[in-house]
Amino acid sequence: MASSIANGGGGHDALRFYLTKTAQFVFVLATTLLGLVAVTFFIGRIVPIDPVLAIVGDRAPPAVYARVRQELGLDLPLIQQFWIYLRKAVTGDFGNSVLTTNPVMTDIANTFPATFELATLGTLIGTLIGIPLGVLAAVKRGSLIDQFVRFIGLAGYSIPIFWLGLMSLLLFYAKLGWVPGPGRIDVTYSYLYTPVTNIVLLDTAMQGQWDAFWDAVSHIILPACLLGYFSLAYISRMTRSFMLNELAQEYVIAARVKGLSEMRVIWRHALRNAAVPLVTVIALSYANLLEGSVLTETVFAWPGLGQYITNSLQNADMNAVLGGTLVIGTVFVLLNLVSDLLYRLLDPRTR
Amino acid sequence: MMKPLLEVEDLRVRFHLRTGTIEAVRGVSFQLGRERLGIVGESGSGKSQTGRAILGLTPPPGEVTAKRLAFDGIDLQTASKRTLREMRGGRISMVMQDPKYSLNPVMTIGEQIIEAYQAHAKTGRAEARDKALAMLEAVKMRDPQRVFSLYPHEVSGGMGQRAMIAMMLVTDPDLLIADEPTSALDVTVSMEVLRILDELVSERGMGLIFISHDLKLVSSFCDRVLVMYAGRVVEELEAKNLREAKHPYTQGLMRCLPTLANDVHPLPTLNRDPSWAL
Repeated sequence: MASSIANGGGGHDALRFYLTKTAQFVFVLATTLLGLVAVTFFIGRIVPIDPVLAIVGDRAPPAVYARVRQELGLDLPLIQQFWIYLRKAVTGDFGNSVLTTNPVMTDIANTFPATFELATLGTLIGTLIGIPLGVLAAVKRGSLIDQFVRFIGLAGYSIPIFWLGLMSLLLFYAKLGWVPGPGRIDVTYSYLYTPVTNIVLLDTAMQGQWDAFWDAVSHIILPACLLGYFSLAYISRMTRSFMLNELAQEYVIAARVKGLSEMRVIWRHALRNAAVPLVTVIALSYANLLEGSVLTETVFAWPGLGQYITNSLQNADMNAVLGGTLVIGTVFVLLNLVSDLLYRLLDPRTR
Repeated sequence: MMKPLLEVEDLRVRFHLRTGTIEAVRGVSFQLGRERLGIVGESGSGKSQTGRAILGLTPPPGEVTAKRLAFDGIDLQTASKRTLREMRGGRISMVMQDPKYSLNPVMTIGEQIIEAYQAHAKTGRAEARDKALAMLEAVKMRDPQRVFSLYPHEVSGGMGQRAMIAMMLVTDPDLLIADEPTSALDVTVSMEVLRILDELVSERGMGLIFISHDLKLVSSFCDRVLVMYAGRVVEELEAKNLREAKHPYTQGLMRCLPTLANDVHPLPTLNRDPSWAL
């Protein structure tokens, strides 16, 4: 590492460095996922829920019960079941969901994009508004703006999201009629486009179905704002404290001594340093939203991953739970990777 | 004496805190031409706050008042924010104590020098780059090209402080405030940095305010010395006449200095008279 800086990132060293890094990442991803599968798998088998019973019902004759049990492979030793599961999982086969009868992979391909769409928009709103608000609060410390931002942050922490969701539906949907009701898109538009990515905004836009696109926008705007508000509350608070820390540093005074404008001092000097820890904060908050926010998805009838996993769990649909957990695990590891890379980009000391 | 570059009369810096008001600088007055003025004093004597008040960089909740605070005839108290900003960096500059903290860790040294230059000179990037490289050479960097693209954490303390000097002098200011510029460096490096500072100040005929707690260093480096105690100037004298100091505080400080010739054990300590602080 140090030597690659010294010789200006010379080709051979740099290549070896990136190869090692990639190998390391693959190893971390593999072990994390393996651990995750193992834990989830064994918990799923140990819990006193009988998946066979969940399928055949409690009045099925013993012969049927035994046959289903054998078909599911539940009569095999636990470790063998795990091995079979792993071998299939590697090929992308996570078994079928009992609840929907679809392959779990298909269900996830349907639900995850919905969550992804909502979480991404929510994080964008939270970041684009939260960072400037936090910066403003730090710069005008103790002022009315600061009090206001801190209040917003506190409210975001303490108000239950489902309550705020219901209230916003009551106001903007029931009373004012500014937004359509729950769901991702109106039924009339849902046949105007072919789902490719299952990210409705992307599908409709790529197929030029602008009416459908705008309908989807009007559907997503309220839940996205709601999630955005909660991530804003967190991000603005963290931005404020990181910025207060940076603004007290000597290099900020040095920047003022140089005669730079206050805008430049704040946004280019202080924020660029505060951005380093902020990356982690934003990545974590995004990861949390990608996990699927069950309450928001329930209130807005949003067919996302959070709802899917919760439903499956309540119905002892362990294949679905396992598949969903793996997706979330992968998301976390990937986001960690992205924030690591951003760290490197933003902070020369970590290179 | 020619027209003074900086006039300070009855400068006061107060901090209004919840627990009461603290007056860090209590009526400091002096004039400065294109000469070297040393300000010595112990921690908390108000020497750094004097320097920052001149630059208009007293941290909140500080309040600065003065009968007169003028640079080159421009009243700094009534000047617009814009004028003040043009003065800062452009005509008055400051070298700070520790380059580890006073350089922005996520910007290359070159970038930071260019930024200082372009804040005051309307030039293209190429010209600013040439100027920055020339400045790095002026502070005796062995390989200016390389240092230009390094980040502050990649250089030593001495190099960092030289980069800081380059950054603060790139605009050819008329007055440089050096606030303990060598306190964070070890002795040999600090001599080297001082030599460079000395050379640049003489070459450009700048005024210099050298703030330090090191009486000997200040007296060897400056023409005139202000001794500060508890926010006041207790004594002002020519550096070469330091031995003739009248104020008991200065005399006390002088006595505390170890010398090679007369080995005194134990070294005398300073007996403070509460009346000095009045």
